[in-house]
Amino acid sequence: MSETTVHFRVFRYKQGDERPHYDTFAVPVEERTTVLEALQAIRRDQDPSLTLRHSCHHASCGTCGMRVNGREVLACVTRVLDLGTPVITVEPMRNAPVVSDLVVDMGDFYATFAQAQLPLVRRSEFLPDAQVAEGVPFHMRFESCIECGLCLSACPVAASDPAYVGPATLAAVWRVVEEPRGVDAEAVLAWVDSEDGCWRCHVAMECSEVCPSNVNPGHAIMELRRTLIRRQVGVLQGGV
Amino acid sequence: MLERTRQRQLVLRQGIKGWFDVRGRRLGGWAFVLHRVTGLGLVLYLGIHLWVLRLLTQGEARWDAFIVLAKSPAFLALDALLLLGLLVHGLNGVRVTLVGMGVATRYHKTLFWVLMVLGGVLWLVGTWAFFTV
Repeated sequence: MSETTVHFRVFRYKQGDERPHYDTFAVPVEERTTVLEALQAIRRDQDPSLTLRHSCHHASCGTCGMRVNGREVLACVTRVLDLGTPVITVEPMRNAPVVSDLVVDMGDFYATFAQAQLPLVRRSEFLPDAQVAEGVPFHMRFESCIECGLCLSACPVAASDPAYVGPATLAAVWRVVEEPRGVDAEAVLAWVDSEDGCWRCHVAMECSEVCPSNVNPGHAIMELRRTLIRRQVGVLQGGV
Repeated sequence: MLERTRQRQLVLRQGIKGWFDVRGRRLGGWAFVLHRVTGLGLVLYLGIHLWVLRLLTQGEARWDAFIVLAKSPAFLALDALLLLGLLVHGLNGVRVTLVGMGVATRYHKTLFWVLMVLGGVLWLVGTWAFFTV
């Protein structure tokens, strides 16, 4: 398999630095080399101080979210040569504190997400006619959101409003409203019925574009709004 | 105990600049930027419009002189630009309102193109009218 050398322009920042800068590394890549593998090669062969987060290597853990050539992606499933540029710029996600190089502090994101109280396991909608094993009530699967935070990084509204609940959490709230599974859906719906909740979205839909897990947060936000509008109309018409 | 010193943390938050950054963005993001650019343009136009209207208080001659200027081809081209901004902003506003209320959410891109084609036709008709009627 032939190798090509690609230059990676990587965002660098360590705690205490006056300002961030970029370092450029030449990395030999093959057809199937991913951005994550290239970054690991830089760390292994050229600069062990390069910091990045990763875990599963197959788009399930959501830890390797970053911006590659200005676009939010999971580095583990982004092939270098598919990007089609001789120089590839790699930067951390936006709208979260940078801890070091490509690593951001996801603490606030996780804390907000947890307020949705989304149960992690859902009834699977796939293979509805498949036989269920003895002792298992129904086929289950994990919720689609992998909590990577790419949607929050891509959102232009989050860029100017740190208080915005954000697309991932709003999508989680919609899942709770759709399928409460014991959670107080009314309480979380009331929480996001606010100016920093689902009404803050300005329909750029970038969240849905960058979501690697088909959550479609933009659609979920609009479903929340539609639910709230229907209720309001119901109240105006003399309903409960 | 681990304490966070938030004030010293670097956050790559663009602020309002993020509203205008189209790098890496798709259709919805471009529409978002276009809406803001045309919105600001229309606000600027409104200011200029009100400023020009003050000529009405300065006598018939000054107003007539302005009308002559307003009928010049260069000024009519600016009118056409204004109409374009109005159509883009107004029609995209219809899309944002519909999608923002949960209508045709999954078809927001199609809706954008349909409305922009409609806007393009209206703009051509309007521009033709500016220069001929």
